[in-house]
Amino acid sequence: MSLVDLATTPLRELNAALHQLPPDTNNTQWTIRNPRGQHAIAVGIDAPIAVEIEGHVGYYCAGMNQQASVTIRGNAGVGLAENMMSGEVRVTGDASQAAGATAQGGTLVIGGNASARCGISLKGADIIVQGNVGHMSAFMAQAGNLVVLGDAGEALGDSLYEACLYVRGKVASLGADCIEKAMTEAHRAKLAALLTKAGLNGAVDPAAFRRYGSARRLYHFKVDNVSAY
Amino acid sequence: MDKLPPRPVPATTPRKSATFDDYSLSEIRRAAATGLYDIRGGGAKRRVPHFDDLLFLGASISRYPLEGYREKCATNVTLGTRFAKKPIELAIPITIAGMSFGSLSAQAKEALGRGASALGTSTTTGDGGMTPEERGHSNLLVYQLLPSRYGMNPNDLRQADAIEVVVGQGAKPGGGGMLLGQKISARVAEMRTLPEGIDQRSACRHPDWTGPDDLEIKLHELRELTDWEKPIYVKVGASRPYYDTALAVKAGADVVVLDGMQGGTAATQEVFIEHVGIPLLAAIRPAVQALQDLGLHRKVQLVVSGGIRNGADVAKALALGADAVSIGTAALAALGDNDPALEEEYRALGTTAGAYDDWHEGRDPAGITTQDPGLAARLDPVAAGRRLANYLAVLTLEAQTIARACGKSHVLNLEPEDLVALTVEAAAMAQVPLAGTQWIPGKSGF
Repeated sequence: MSLVDLATTPLRELNAALHQLPPDTNNTQWTIRNPRGQHAIAVGIDAPIAVEIEGHVGYYCAGMNQQASVTIRGNAGVGLAENMMSGEVRVTGDASQAAGATAQGGTLVIGGNASARCGISLKGADIIVQGNVGHMSAFMAQAGNLVVLGDAGEALGDSLYEACLYVRGKVASLGADCIEKAMTEAHRAKLAALLTKAGLNGAVDPAAFRRYGSARRLYHFKVDNVSAY
Repeated sequence: MDKLPPRPVPATTPRKSATFDDYSLSEIRRAAATGLYDIRGGGAKRRVPHFDDLLFLGASISRYPLEGYREKCATNVTLGTRFAKKPIELAIPITIAGMSFGSLSAQAKEALGRGASALGTSTTTGDGGMTPEERGHSNLLVYQLLPSRYGMNPNDLRQADAIEVVVGQGAKPGGGGMLLGQKISARVAEMRTLPEGIDQRSACRHPDWTGPDDLEIKLHELRELTDWEKPIYVKVGASRPYYDTALAVKAGADVVVLDGMQGGTAATQEVFIEHVGIPLLAAIRPAVQALQDLGLHRKVQLVVSGGIRNGADVAKALALGADAVSIGTAALAALGDNDPALEEEYRALGTTAGAYDDWHEGRDPAGITTQDPGLAARLDPVAAGRRLANYLAVLTLEAQTIARACGKSHVLNLEPEDLVALTVEAAAMAQVPLAGTQWIPGKSGF
């Protein structure tokens, strides 16, 4: 196990050490103390390790993560796990704007609320938010799933492609081309699997959610849709 | 005496309106028939003040020229000397601008890589990520980080030689990308995680940062991800070049890429291309001024693009203070785009060689701006790469010829004092004297 205290160790040293880990490393347990809101903590990991961060982090924590499981015991700044490729990122508290932006794979679990543009341009990852999400969440989301146990802010799923959105609470408004869709048994099973991934199996009823997706009216430009642009 | 027959009333010669000219009227009719704005590829076609309005002052008694072919005039340039551990060493100050696989065929991307690598310079990816063909045939490859992040992959960031964060481009500062359904083939769709055949409109803002303070933190993330090895460029479309350059530098850029309104795009609205942004000639001096005011001219390198056609344009851009130029439209022409040899096929598409710009439709008879396998197969990447290499060599030789005539042993030693302007507008924009005078509008007292 490696213990890194960012009060005394430069961030560059930590990230360089994480990047140098070989794929079959035995050094799989890392604890980071005193993050103190620094930006770019644990970005670009590509190894099957577990990283525990004890405190609040700044922008882009665990950005572009591959394989690693990163847990933040605190709140996270803008762009948490942005463009994640695989692995898992959890934050026990709230996440700021653009959490999981463009993430292509892996799982992002947010214990508290997520701010605006959560899952913007999502490309395949699964995001589970236990609280609320802010406005313009899942804007132009292409693939993957966004699960919101709380409420969603305005313009949810604006200009959505093929991502699936599940919301248990209220939706302030839907964005352009985002519509409510039927919640079938298959969708409930899929949602149950996502909740299990987040460690919420049994605690949350999939039947309490509504499903939203793309109406696919904007896939080809038509002048009749001009009011949507 | 017989009376003369009555004269017919003289008719005036039919006169067309300079304002409502044939093109404007045809566009009104097209808009009225379709209800859609016109979309096309390429850059601004209107006449704007450009490098043709500048001339070099060759050496004579007051300056000492260098002997052509005998005395060396170096052309190498290093990009990314500010922070990157591994700056890019270019043999010539001419790079290939970002153009995506998707907008271009795989054959065209390969040809660009072959041509650039033969002359020791770099190519650049575009929206949609990096293809193995592109990486394999480009010795030096710049990876673009765009707002859409289509195909964005940390492994590709690490295997690139530099990273270019695209804030905007000259053809459409403030606009996003566009790739219409005809070109979203199965491979392009898979790379971009999109349904096949849909119209793809990519975002105009980055998803995870807003404003210069955020950009600084974003660049820091990219530095950390790549262990501070890669040069990081920031590309902007020319609109407010002084402030954009200053803010890119403040955010931590190693290189600023400045694209004038003549710079091409794969597809966007005609009204955007022709009416948003400023010409490259007007953009270089403010950008250089920003670097000088920060004490970073030649330390943060400036790459300019938009309308570079020949070695004189290269030399003029460098003389105004750029460290290198980038070419896109000219590179495509060197590959074979708009070749009069294909005139019959261009006519079948309702256009003519030299005017073909419906690149978004994917029906390019030259096999360059298409994803149609049959059309793309027409382009031989080896032969097209050779043509590009020849063209790059000519650009370099021409720039060297001018630099030697001005007494410079390196093309980067060219300076504004080597230039004069033919028009008042060009003199004001380039901040060099009107030819035959000492007058620089706005600088020399009035």
